[in-house]
Amino acid sequence: MARLPTARPSRAWALWVGAGFAALLLWSWRGTGVDLAGLFGPEGLRQIAIYVGKLFPPDLSAATLRAAGAGAAETFAISLIGSLLAVAIALPMSLLATRTLLYRGILFEGRPLAPAAKTLRVGLYACGKALLNVLRTIPEIVWALIFVFMVGLGPFPGVLALGVHTGGVLGKLFGEVLEDVDPAPLEALQATGASRFRILLYGVLPQALPQFVSYALYRWEVNIRAAAMLGFVGAGGLGQRIYVAISLFHEQELMTLILAIYAIVTLVDALSAYLRSRLV
Amino acid sequence: MARIPSAAPADRFPASGRRSRFPYLFTAVFAASVLYSLRAAQVDPRRFFEGDALANVARFVRGALPPELSREFLGLMLRPALETVQISVMGTAIAVLLGIPLGLLATSSLMWRGVLHERWSRAGRFLLGFVPYALARAVLSVFRSIPEYVWAFMFVRAVGLGPFPGVLAIGVAYGGMLGKVYSEILENVNPRPLETLHAAGASRLGVVLYGLVPQALPTVVAYTLYRWECAIRASAILGFVGAGGLGQQIELSMRMFQFNEVLTLLAVLFVLVAAVDFASARIRARLA
Repeated sequence: MARLPTARPSRAWALWVGAGFAALLLWSWRGTGVDLAGLFGPEGLRQIAIYVGKLFPPDLSAATLRAAGAGAAETFAISLIGSLLAVAIALPMSLLATRTLLYRGILFEGRPLAPAAKTLRVGLYACGKALLNVLRTIPEIVWALIFVFMVGLGPFPGVLALGVHTGGVLGKLFGEVLEDVDPAPLEALQATGASRFRILLYGVLPQALPQFVSYALYRWEVNIRAAAMLGFVGAGGLGQRIYVAISLFHEQELMTLILAIYAIVTLVDALSAYLRSRLV
Repeated sequence: MARIPSAAPADRFPASGRRSRFPYLFTAVFAASVLYSLRAAQVDPRRFFEGDALANVARFVRGALPPELSREFLGLMLRPALETVQISVMGTAIAVLLGIPLGLLATSSLMWRGVLHERWSRAGRFLLGFVPYALARAVLSVFRSIPEYVWAFMFVRAVGLGPFPGVLAIGVAYGGMLGKVYSEILENVNPRPLETLHAAGASRLGVVLYGLVPQALPTVVAYTLYRWECAIRASAILGFVGAGGLGQQIELSMRMFQFNEVLTLLAVLFVLVAAVDFASARIRARLA
């Protein structure tokens, strides 16, 4: 097919974006002190070989295996409860972050809101969005530091940190799903005279639910990795033990713990993929 | 070629005579896991009201307000903020460098299955196709299953403190994710154009360049940009294990109970993340 003249500006645009990225890359290269030649030079490779040599064989003594098992179970528990807490936060919050449920679109056709009510609802939407933004922007590990400060050490602050941060992420995603549902079934319901609540219940939610489940499972996969990290700031799980092992130069024990992380992460990924194929 | 269309629904809905036990099993296992996890994670909301938990919150909020906005502090924080961006860019670049070759090797339709290999012998397919494919999949799995901060921790040991270990950590962990997703994108392209090229006598390289790449490229670029958005969050976190950037400053201020500095740093992080999200979303919208 002949190239249409309208494609021209998009090519110039691609060139500009490409040049921008090249400049960004160059600037980042200089700023981060990346030294790949040093890393893969003879001295760098020797250092890596020495370090990797220290990691093997992994420490398979009964005490270390027990610690790794307990840490993995705790990490799993933190990720599961944290993700459930996130869903519990995200479900109500997402209703506040959905314009089509609050003040515009098909639910309000023919039944317009009073100006005061509409202003109130726009304000509600803005507040909901802003709150979700705050929850989402603060990284899990900072939330973990804050909750450790509040309720003390242990896995509980880890659960809270994952729940609050992921609640912000899921709330935004759920809101987008709710806004993007196919309007045809809603119109059909509306034509039968269904109330707004009924339209939400029988028109919007059935369409959104599979995507909710899919997003929640995806975040669970993210959270199992995050749960293993939160231990670094005293929030339980494998991370705490890894922190200790690295700080004390117990490399072989570290290897065992890394294997435990690999096992638990792979397990959760597989579980999540299986559940997604069954539930969604 | 593709499955017979009527075969697909049968996979999902087992024959009506046999009732699926899945819902009951799922509910039981799920309930048991939640109950176990509630105990293992020591979930106890009463801890909010015990001791000085609430007083600590008040202390935190009072300490955080107003945020530290002195010119001197902001000037000091400019470098770490830029460093966070630089780590995310370099990390993503290295992830792409690792992800493309590994992703190609991990694509079954390129390595041993499908239209490209119809003229190969079985032994040839296994040795030259399946073995490298399986190895690449294994490497990608290790890369992405070990979280980036564990990589960072180990790279800090290997190359010292600073942004470089952060770049390597993001490069390796995200390289594993990108490679896997690239291979999935390549496997899911429409096979028709490839078959047409093949039938027209195009070489294997020709089929890849003119059949595969044009179909896959927009999705590959969009996903890479999405990963860059994730990388900027990750690069802020990696500072907590000594890998440069804003995270290191947040940790320092937190440890010294300078909550007003923490608030400023979080606001800076918010602006950075929003800027990267915005740039990436604009580019992705143009690509779609």
